[in-house]
Amino acid sequence: MKDQISEAKKGKPLLEVEALKQYFPVKGGVFGRKVGDVKAVDGVSLTIGKGETVGLVGESGCGKSTFGKSIIRLENPTGGTIRFKGKDITSMSQAWLRPLRQDFQMVFQDPAESLDARMSVGELIAEPLVIQSMGNRKARRERVLELLDRVGLPKSAMQKFPFEFSGGQRQRIGIARALAVNPELLVLDEPVSALDVSVQAQVINLLLELQRDLGLSYLFIAHDLAVVKHISDRVSVMYLGKIVESATSEELYRNPLHAYTKALFSAIPDPDPANKKTRKMLEGEVPSPINPPEGSAFGKRINHPRYEETIGVDLTPVEYSPGHWVAPDVCCLEDEVFAKVKPESSNDASSERV
Amino acid sequence: MSDALLEVRDLVTSFQTDNGWVRAVDKVSFSVAAGQSVGLVGESGCGKTVTAMSIVDLLPKPSGHILEGSISLNGEDLRQVPPKRMRQVRGGEIGVIFQEPMSALNPVHRIGKQLVEVIRLHKKISGRKALKEAIEWLDKVGIPDPAARAMAYPHQLSGGMRQRVMIAMALCCEPRLVIADEPTTALDVTVQAQILDLLEDMRKELGMSVLLITHDLGVIAEQCEEVVVMYAGRVVERGPVPEVFANPAHAYTKGLLASIPRLENERKSILTTIPGQVAAIQDFVPGCRFCQRMGRRSTMINNRPTFAEIADGHWVEACRECYEG
Repeated sequence: MKDQISEAKKGKPLLEVEALKQYFPVKGGVFGRKVGDVKAVDGVSLTIGKGETVGLVGESGCGKSTFGKSIIRLENPTGGTIRFKGKDITSMSQAWLRPLRQDFQMVFQDPAESLDARMSVGELIAEPLVIQSMGNRKARRERVLELLDRVGLPKSAMQKFPFEFSGGQRQRIGIARALAVNPELLVLDEPVSALDVSVQAQVINLLLELQRDLGLSYLFIAHDLAVVKHISDRVSVMYLGKIVESATSEELYRNPLHAYTKALFSAIPDPDPANKKTRKMLEGEVPSPINPPEGSAFGKRINHPRYEETIGVDLTPVEYSPGHWVAPDVCCLEDEVFAKVKPESSNDASSERV
Repeated sequence: MSDALLEVRDLVTSFQTDNGWVRAVDKVSFSVAAGQSVGLVGESGCGKTVTAMSIVDLLPKPSGHILEGSISLNGEDLRQVPPKRMRQVRGGEIGVIFQEPMSALNPVHRIGKQLVEVIRLHKKISGRKALKEAIEWLDKVGIPDPAARAMAYPHQLSGGMRQRVMIAMALCCEPRLVIADEPTTALDVTVQAQILDLLEDMRKELGMSVLLITHDLGVIAEQCEEVVVMYAGRVVERGPVPEVFANPAHAYTKGLLASIPRLENERKSILTTIPGQVAAIQDFVPGCRFCQRMGRRSTMINNRPTFAEIADGHWVEACRECYEG
């Protein structure tokens, strides 16, 4: 997976995440001793280039939000490395991190909950500037007005409070707040999931425009593959704490390899009644990450006859075709695809690239 | 239409608020034929849930009232029936599936017991027989190991499983109509597909009608025969799904369809949007409310457009601008 770093062609990637692990202890028994781990994120590698959007898609509980929080150090990762602009921030102290936080900000799913209801919109947007001690009162006020205009809100919004706005407008406030300190990377955690379709389209367009004008990089986390595919340059599909497939969004749509990716595409309701497609029904639900099955978690879910063969096998994605990576999982790939990526052959492939 | 199982005509539902009465549903008419599945679609606050709750008389009391119109089920006017009969209708003839099963199920009772309660309210059978029936229903809705699951509490089940229990509960008295209010909104796409398929199988097997309320046009396209599009408390367009999706007539329907990100779209292309947002309910104009959103100084702002049939079964309520624009 290390090789995937070379994939970001636009010079040095902004963010490089390697084999990131984020475990949470499960406590039990009389003395509250640790009895196990929730392996929310289990060895995920990902790179984001400058001006690039990487989509992270998966069902609830797959660890995609935790991953988003870990990479900007809202959690303390259990293992792996995170490099931002070449600087290792994996175990940097919060005090050292604070000045760096100017460069990466987060937009949360539910702006009704992530915005303090007792602060005016002006105060909310200026707060990151205050924390970063940027500008004086007058300069901050000007910056807030500029940001309101940027995200399509009227100047008068400054004195109002979050409850006076609709869901879409509140999400605009959340975006303005994240943009205040001029970040280079935005982690967008389900930013449009709570919005109505017509408003969702407005916010997606806003994000696209901001990226075009300001050269931002996005990590776009969502469960809606159609939205993710639309907004992202590359998409990674996550299942139970691990990446199972990643490719450019067109390649993933045209040529999905992993059974889980196929199931996700197939489950999207098609808004064209003329396309009467046969849905590939996916049985069962995402298992708990507390005691994840050994080997292929998805193979286990679909009760694949060759599930046993995946136990003890390294399922880290390998490159199937340039830029298209997939977990070498015998349960989830068609035979000819598996033949190309199965563990023995992957060694040769990676040595070629080095 | 005489063959309609459910016929809603000129329904007006209002809520009493501190600032006076607001009309959440403003003269809504549509019908559901026997065995048909009808989708009711619209954005949040358009009145789709209030319409559904008006049908089964589950409006929040004392603020919500049906002021005008008629709701008839098989020719019986549900607005006139006594509460005792309404309790038989609700659950017995109309099953309801709510959006959030965790708040619709009672957290302190085992799910088997909750199902038995419903069954025994509508059928005169012994508790043991009812439990047997409950377990059969859990099996029918695809819950593995139903006998053991009947002893589980709602919190012990996943979201998808809870929604299956809700479906079992709505169907266990074999109603003629099921109202499903956003049954899959809280679920993952893969589980959503399972639940929608289950609902469709059940509809075919039991020959019932389904009124599916959703904000997702994709779900309607896959699931329903008829669609009713609501905007700001009114029905703006309705008709057969293939016809409405192929030839949307109202600017709002067109806008909704255009703003869905589609898989075949080019990456990072700008989506078509509907400018502005729905006006707050107390600010609704008497005339064309979509013109109100678009900020048009239309002559229709004070006069409500008429509801007209433009093709076989395809009805539109639009002013000239919303129809042509």
